[in-house]
Amino acid sequence: MLEVTGLHVAYGGIQAVRSITFHVNEGEMVALIGANGAGKTSTLKAIARVIDAVGGDVHFCGEDITRIPPHHVIRKGIALVPEGRGVFPRLTVAENLAMGAFLRHDKAEMAADLDKIYGYFPRLKERAAQLAGTLSGGEQQMLAIGRALMSRPKMLLLDEPSMGLAPIMVQKIFEVVRAVAAEGMTTLLIEQNAKLALEVSQRGYVMESGEITLTGESASLLNDPKVRAAYLGE
Amino acid sequence: MNKWLSPKSFFGIVLITAALVALPFLLGMGGGQAWVRIVNFAILYIFLALGLNIVVGFAGLLDLGYIAFYAVGAYTWALLASPHFGIHWPVWAILPIGALVACFFGVLLGSPTLKLRGDYLAIVTLGFGEIIRIFLNNLNAPVNITNGPQGITLIDPVSIGGFSFSGTSEILGLTLSGPQKYYFLLVALAILVIIINLRLQHSRIGRAWQAIREDEIAAKAVGINTRNIKLLAFAMGASFGGIAGGIFSAMQGFVSPESFSLIESIMVLAMVVLGGMGHIPGVILGAVLLSILPEALRYGVGPIQMALFGKMLIDPESLRMLVFGLALVLVMRFKPAGIWPSPERKRELTEKSGAKA
Repeated sequence: MLEVTGLHVAYGGIQAVRSITFHVNEGEMVALIGANGAGKTSTLKAIARVIDAVGGDVHFCGEDITRIPPHHVIRKGIALVPEGRGVFPRLTVAENLAMGAFLRHDKAEMAADLDKIYGYFPRLKERAAQLAGTLSGGEQQMLAIGRALMSRPKMLLLDEPSMGLAPIMVQKIFEVVRAVAAEGMTTLLIEQNAKLALEVSQRGYVMESGEITLTGESASLLNDPKVRAAYLGE
Repeated sequence: MNKWLSPKSFFGIVLITAALVALPFLLGMGGGQAWVRIVNFAILYIFLALGLNIVVGFAGLLDLGYIAFYAVGAYTWALLASPHFGIHWPVWAILPIGALVACFFGVLLGSPTLKLRGDYLAIVTLGFGEIIRIFLNNLNAPVNITNGPQGITLIDPVSIGGFSFSGTSEILGLTLSGPQKYYFLLVALAILVIIINLRLQHSRIGRAWQAIREDEIAAKAVGINTRNIKLLAFAMGASFGGIAGGIFSAMQGFVSPESFSLIESIMVLAMVVLGGMGHIPGVILGAVLLSILPEALRYGVGPIQMALFGKMLIDPESLRMLVFGLALVLVMRFKPAGIWPSPERKRELTEKSGAKA
């Protein structure tokens, strides 16, 4: 479904991503793990067109999306949950979720999707009228995921959903991520928390200094001695 | 002007309407028209503050050169309705042209600054405002377009279907002075401008502006064409400035570059911030307060000193700025969200202390 070929990202002279190639199949959850600064977020940003790729190309559902305008990405069916949540702090929770459906006009379907999201995250329903900026970090992450789902995407890009959150929150959020994926959502998950990411995903790629160094089934990566040593603290 | 209250009671509307109708007569009772003129300027400042509120309050783009659009509107009117070029076009042609020209300049300023935010944007817009003023000051040679620092005089007043808004005239047995007639024109326009702003705020475009203000990357991610929507904010804000400028020009009968200095931009920004950024009733209140208060001080300080000390100790003009500055500092210290912030903003400031990061 998503084909990334020879993707190259640089900031000025600094090479963040050096010609990486990977793919995500329909209905699959793929984890991209690696240390801080390995180039994971840059990869995701280039796919979501937040930044320009220097080289390589990105195909989604057979269509070249490497150079489309950033606001067209969601039209293609790709929803980004940005790093650090990126909610609209001075809009209410309900308004944030409504913004997720900015391009949609099917009111009845939108209401149904909203109910579904409130079902995943009852906390958001309780706080619907509250300003997003006053939510806790975990609630903001829930909101960011909910907002992305409101666009009814074909694919979800998650950038470090566990970052800076209490373990109990991480657990709650990953339960939903798993539930959404179980319903067939194609997901690309970026995580520093390698164990968590490999537990929920089917396949994984390990990034190091802008390159993919290892790939395989998540289960086998979890048992890979190199991965265990480098990312699981053993 | 009562639209934002959206009162259920018909009585409230009647009361406000009566007050708005009676105001110019009450102010003109002593025979002088000075206070009617001051109120007229307050209404012009409402236009400007609401226009700037689109750019700063809704879209979150700090613009320190907003007065340039006021200048563009004023000069457009001045050039198309004065003996300077011998052109005397009617109001229904010039006012839209003024708005369009200002709109064009809005896009002209907007396009190179699309990637800038905060301080950087402020500097560029500040420079833009100054460039316009300096151009107006110097475009008298080699071809005399703006008549330089002397400005343009003998500008036509607003006149609709042979009815001129300057000079005294009798309507339905009432004697109306020029400023009083302009007052009613301005109130009518103000109601229109306020309705447009209220509609904009709750439209798709309004929500898109707010999203950009809050988080530009997230706004792009939900599918907002941030470039066009930002340009639209600049263009719409500028158009309101252009319309205000045109009426200013007609009301004064004279324009010169010195009316459009940096301090004017800062005044309008202060009205928006002090009143309650992004909140239409607050912005209107800010505009009224900041345009009326200094005048009240000007008229009040002299007589009070004379009564207390028997002589003028401090020049009213310098005291005016002192009191004004102090008022700004105090309001920002004790009401950081403005005098009349939106309910959400108010809630944010009270809730923030209790929330975790």
